[in-house]
Amino acid sequence: MPDSTLVGLHHEEQHHPELLHHFAEPQQQRDAASLGMWVFLATEVMFFGGLFCAYLIYRRWYFGDFGAASKTLNATLGATNTAVLICSSLTVVLAVWAAKTARRTLLLVSLGITLLLGLAFLGIKGVEYKDKFVEHHVPGASFSFDKVPLPGHPGQYANPRHAQIFFSLYFIMTGLHALHMIIGLGLFLWLLIMAWKGRFTPEYNTPVEIGGLYWHFVDIIWIYLFPLLYLIDRHP
Amino acid sequence: MSEHSKSSPLKMYFGIWITLLLCTYITYKAAFVELGQYNAAVALGIATLKATLVALFFMHVWHASEKLTKLVVIVALFFLLLLLGLSMSDYATRLWS
Repeated sequence: MPDSTLVGLHHEEQHHPELLHHFAEPQQQRDAASLGMWVFLATEVMFFGGLFCAYLIYRRWYFGDFGAASKTLNATLGATNTAVLICSSLTVVLAVWAAKTARRTLLLVSLGITLLLGLAFLGIKGVEYKDKFVEHHVPGASFSFDKVPLPGHPGQYANPRHAQIFFSLYFIMTGLHALHMIIGLGLFLWLLIMAWKGRFTPEYNTPVEIGGLYWHFVDIIWIYLFPLLYLIDRHP
Repeated sequence: MSEHSKSSPLKMYFGIWITLLLCTYITYKAAFVELGQYNAAVALGIATLKATLVALFFMHVWHASEKLTKLVVIVALFFLLLLLGLSMSDYATRLWS
């Protein structure tokens, strides 16, 4: 690294306008930005990790009640949303590749489709939330979970208080994930505007790259949320 | 990463995409099959496979030019396992649970 610093000093007058003065070369600046995003994602892993830990503990304690509550979620919509996010991850890698290889049309189309898929995810999520409100499965004063059969125990019913803990975790985890999606949509709208203005070139495309890292991370969170919340105890 | 972008990675991207969609379909179908205690293991195993594919190939950890990236990923996973592993080893070994 010291060698490249010295080399950088000699070439200072002819560097790329996006290269900040405290970096020796574009590659170093790109690596620093990427590393910064990865460190942020590491903190996000711990952020969501605490919620996953809470989920695992209560899942062990209230095994059957969690199964009964999970069965009321719409697994088909959950699977559809998983597919939507996976498709959006593909358009994000295509956007990063297009920015690196100076393919303007592909970059704009990929970013646009990513935005549409993100909105589709939130729309489907909104439909699911609406169903939960209609069914009185939202934790609070009007929560109701009476006479729901306990999986594997014929004649027994799930404890509404334990089911309410499942739905609390469901709304916190999917709500926090949806908040990340909304932030991601804001980021990608900004990327689309910048790409439209022609700001990204094969030499400078760091925002697309680290924006993509964030989007893929949010996808990974959903990849775990889907089986944990929707697919436990689906079998007859 | 720049040296990697010279050859077209499109084939790999679409291959990973198809694999991820197939995994989603399999995990959805497997959830409705009675596998006893293995239902959760299958679901979480497939989820981990999908997350690994996304991280390695879509987030470019596999071809990362910066070794520090790999270090950050490993450290994050290590502390996540500490959090989950130590918490669950406590709760799973309590007699009254």
